[in-house]
Amino acid sequence: MMEKKKSAHFQSFVSGIWKENPLFVSLLGLCPALAVTKSLEAAFGMGILFTIVLVCSNVLVSALRKVIPDEAKTPCEIVIIATFVTLVKMLTEAMLPELYSTLGVFLSLLVVNCIVLGRSEAFAVKNGVVDSLLDGLGNGIGYTIAICIIALLREVLGTGMLTFGETFTFLGGPHHLYILTGPSATPVAQPAWDLSLSFFQTPGGAFLVLGIILAVLAAIRNCKAEKAKVDARLKKAAEAAASKGNPTPSQGGQSK
Amino acid sequence: MNYLVAFVLGILSYALINNVVLVRFYGICSFVGVGNKVKSAASMGIAVTFVILLATLICYPIYHFVLIPAGVPFLDTITYILVIASLVQVVGLFIKKHSPALYKSLGIYLPLITTNCAVLGVVTENTDSGLSFLESLSNGLGTALGFFITIFLFACIRVRLEGSKTPKAFKGIPIALIVACLMAMAFMGLSGVINL
Repeated sequence: MMEKKKSAHFQSFVSGIWKENPLFVSLLGLCPALAVTKSLEAAFGMGILFTIVLVCSNVLVSALRKVIPDEAKTPCEIVIIATFVTLVKMLTEAMLPELYSTLGVFLSLLVVNCIVLGRSEAFAVKNGVVDSLLDGLGNGIGYTIAICIIALLREVLGTGMLTFGETFTFLGGPHHLYILTGPSATPVAQPAWDLSLSFFQTPGGAFLVLGIILAVLAAIRNCKAEKAKVDARLKKAAEAAASKGNPTPSQGGQSK
Repeated sequence: MNYLVAFVLGILSYALINNVVLVRFYGICSFVGVGNKVKSAASMGIAVTFVILLATLICYPIYHFVLIPAGVPFLDTITYILVIASLVQVVGLFIKKHSPALYKSLGIYLPLITTNCAVLGVVTENTDSGLSFLESLSNGLGTALGFFITIFLFACIRVRLEGSKTPKAFKGIPIALIVACLMAMAFMGLSGVINL
């Protein structure tokens, strides 16, 4: 019994990360995923803040689910979410002003993020506090991973390097990790070779990267479905062969 | 006269150059979600236009004459989302009473406008960058116009995509995003046409 309960909790945590990934599978929260993914750091910061808001609002909505009347469900959820967004916004402005200015309007737009509202509407109002916490955490981590993948591709392809310490200033001055360009001593000097395409930093590049990622995932899904179909057919054929082969000897046995 | 020119240029710039969907990335969810129905795309565009305009008109005085004098400008997000949510309700009731046909065709898209980032995005942008009333209005009008243009064009392209042969993996959303990428590149060609 205990074991079963634990696995159910675990299930609500894990499904958000991969199987029901809010971005890649449910296609929710596309706006920040395209807008703040110019650099890996900004995307990571957005993911963390998003997770904080999602977990807090999920927990509070689920804790108050018996108090909130059914008719006023959505407005109450929106107010709860907006409160946490305001808190997170003010904390970010005070502690990480660079991150705050990079994310800009998209921090406020967390209020209308479909995932936050969707999770509290679909999950938190029906489930207990612990489950809602794990669900929020799982979805938040899944979303963070998804936007970090997009940002990684866009930053490496677009600038040819990864830059750390620009948004998170506590890491100390900007550190560069050169991948597609030759190292340059100063940021101004032209590197010896440069394979990056600045197109990937533009809005068009964001759509392209997300489109291709989704296509790759769809291709993998199609392959799996195809394989399952072929497997099922082979199994059926084997069974048919076995059942064809079986009755004859048994019939023969009876006749003898 | 000068104000008028700035106003018109502002609308054009927000509609075409800083396009809501393709450059500023607001309202992608509804953009992708409306899909390939031209008629519902047009209805959605009209409804969003309504709400953005009204929200801009209402939120500007609220911020400048209520929140700032009261010393609570940090409550802007909460206030705006409540204003937008009630606005959507009111607009819904109004349309239902005066034009049941339009109400029917808007259908489920009406309540979804509350969670359309374009509305909250425009209003927040107005206060964050300290735009004047006229500039806010041109931002609202331009954004609404841009949203309508983009979502309508996108739906038209997706209708054509239905009949075309796309690779199996790209069917549905991925190819739609590639189309959005091409549209974004096309709109990028307009950048620098108007300098404000």
